[in-house]
Amino acid sequence: MKILTGNDLPTGDVTWWTGSGWSRHIEDAIDVGDQGEAIARAEEGARRVNVPYVIDATPTADGPRPAHIKDRIRALGPTVRVDLTLKPADPAAGSWVI
Amino acid sequence: MYKYDQYDQSIVDARVDEFRDQVTRRLAGQLTEDQFKPLRLMNGLYLQLHAYMLRVAIPYGTLDSRQMRTLASIARDYDRDYGHFTTRQNLQFNWIKLEDTPDILARLATVEMHAIQTSGNCIRNISSDQFAGAAADEVADPRPWAELIRQWSTFHPEFSYLPRKFKIAVIASDEDRAAMRLHDIGIQLVERDGELGGRIYVGGGMGRTPMIAPLIRDFVTADDLMSYLEAALRVYNRYGRRDNMYKARIKILVHEIGADEYRRQVEEEFLAVKALGIDPPAAELARITAMFAPPAFDTDAPDAVDRSDPDFAVWLDQNVRAHKQLGHAIVTISLKPVGGIPGDASSAQIDLVADLAERYSFDELRVTHAQNLVLPHVRKADLYTIWQQLTDAGLAEANLDLVTDIIACPGLDYCSLANARSIPLAQKIAVRFADRSRDLGELKLKISGCINACGHHHAGHIGILGVDKKGTENYQLSFGGSGAEDVSLAKITGPGFDEDGVVEAIERATDTYVALREEGERFLDTYRRVGMQPFKDAIYG
Repeated sequence: MKILTGNDLPTGDVTWWTGSGWSRHIEDAIDVGDQGEAIARAEEGARRVNVPYVIDATPTADGPRPAHIKDRIRALGPTVRVDLTLKPADPAAGSWVI
Repeated sequence: MYKYDQYDQSIVDARVDEFRDQVTRRLAGQLTEDQFKPLRLMNGLYLQLHAYMLRVAIPYGTLDSRQMRTLASIARDYDRDYGHFTTRQNLQFNWIKLEDTPDILARLATVEMHAIQTSGNCIRNISSDQFAGAAADEVADPRPWAELIRQWSTFHPEFSYLPRKFKIAVIASDEDRAAMRLHDIGIQLVERDGELGGRIYVGGGMGRTPMIAPLIRDFVTADDLMSYLEAALRVYNRYGRRDNMYKARIKILVHEIGADEYRRQVEEEFLAVKALGIDPPAAELARITAMFAPPAFDTDAPDAVDRSDPDFAVWLDQNVRAHKQLGHAIVTISLKPVGGIPGDASSAQIDLVADLAERYSFDELRVTHAQNLVLPHVRKADLYTIWQQLTDAGLAEANLDLVTDIIACPGLDYCSLANARSIPLAQKIAVRFADRSRDLGELKLKISGCINACGHHHAGHIGILGVDKKGTENYQLSFGGSGAEDVSLAKITGPGFDEDGVVEAIERATDTYVALREEGERFLDTYRRVGMQPFKDAIYG
């Protein structure tokens, strides 16, 4: 599947395209098919996202899992500061990234 | 320490106002990201993996307690309660909001700090010896020269759009604690016939094409310094490659035309520049030098130290260095707790170090390129009290220059350029070798998460480069580098490893070193004596 990600303009937070807006949680991301670039252009033009780009991901029961480790780290947070990740209490978070 | 005059303060304040307006226009949609990106980078604001990152300049790694506390307050009020000290003697905040950045810069400006020229193809923060003004082996304090260069290079109109970034280091001793010859320009202050001058090396650097800077001029007086640097930069600005960013650093130009031809061109240009009269009057360097006058040392300070506490004695031997003033010492505060994140410090730790600097070190502290902090002027009688307070704050790791004192870039945990994580590997290595580190002696291990080499892996006795191998992290191991006065570039051992594999390989390499070392030899010395083969045999055999 293809999902769309970027950063929130004023805060810089990592965000994911949900079909109707942007979420900080990757499990909300939807498959954008071949519409990613067009959505990215429109949303960036409206300043609802900064530097958006399309990535490959695998659908799972818990939501999309990005194909590349860089985007998995973006989705969760730094692997060396579990207190700063989005799921600090989740023991499976580490294996999800690696 | 240098204190801003009205010109320094006014240009920094004006830059804050200008950037506030640019941020407002960006948020209002009057600037696109393509238009805004070069403007934010000029103010040290990057967009990294998780958020905006602000890189704050710490000129030649020197700051006072008031500045340090301001950094702590920014970490508390605008970030996630910590900062990251970098291999360029700067500090990075990892979780900055664009909308907060003008206020952060305004707060920095109140304590004579900024983030100007911490990014972009310009002359970056000038780096120097973290022991400047305290080291027994220096011919002079290099910081007045570094400050003069800072003033010359700040907003220099001709050098704001160089082919690539440009880094200058200034030292003043034969022992190189600043990796001077791995800079675009490295300057070593030396004395000749009673006069101070700079020995100028040009064309060093790390990155994807590491090079050691050759000597270009063996003596430049203070009277000629600005003209000479202007000439050196002009030749680069004119002929440095702008068609290929990977070949755009000055090291490539010097290498391609040769040091002799580069020198000839610089000397020719120097004659033309000198005639312009841009060198400041001697009074200006004297004015700056006066601000770096040695503090009022206690000349009666006792030189003896009570070593009866064994843990204190270990720290004393490892992290405390000789000071030029009897009864005083230089303290390095390790930001490398075993299993911790190299270079990271919480706001509480930053505040504590500020307090210690104010109370015990004439209100001065330093940041090292090895991502540690320094109290440069401490009475030996105060060492035990300082050590106790550092211990309580988790800052008393006695590992300066040991295998656990690892330089590591932020890597893939934070950096958008990285290909692999550096920090978890540093943590694993530190934990694995903590019990053996003192037996292994001086062993400088440096990790970069990508080819840009922010972790200085080319200069590591043991260097590690993280690469992306078909979507997974892989680590290339190298041996034999040094950023010190015995400068050399590390050589790759062979095929790379996964994270656990590289730790095992280092274990086999250090076992080999222990088996082969002669009396007094460091890992680097043994490697240089016996060569790569015994280590390769141990690692790959």
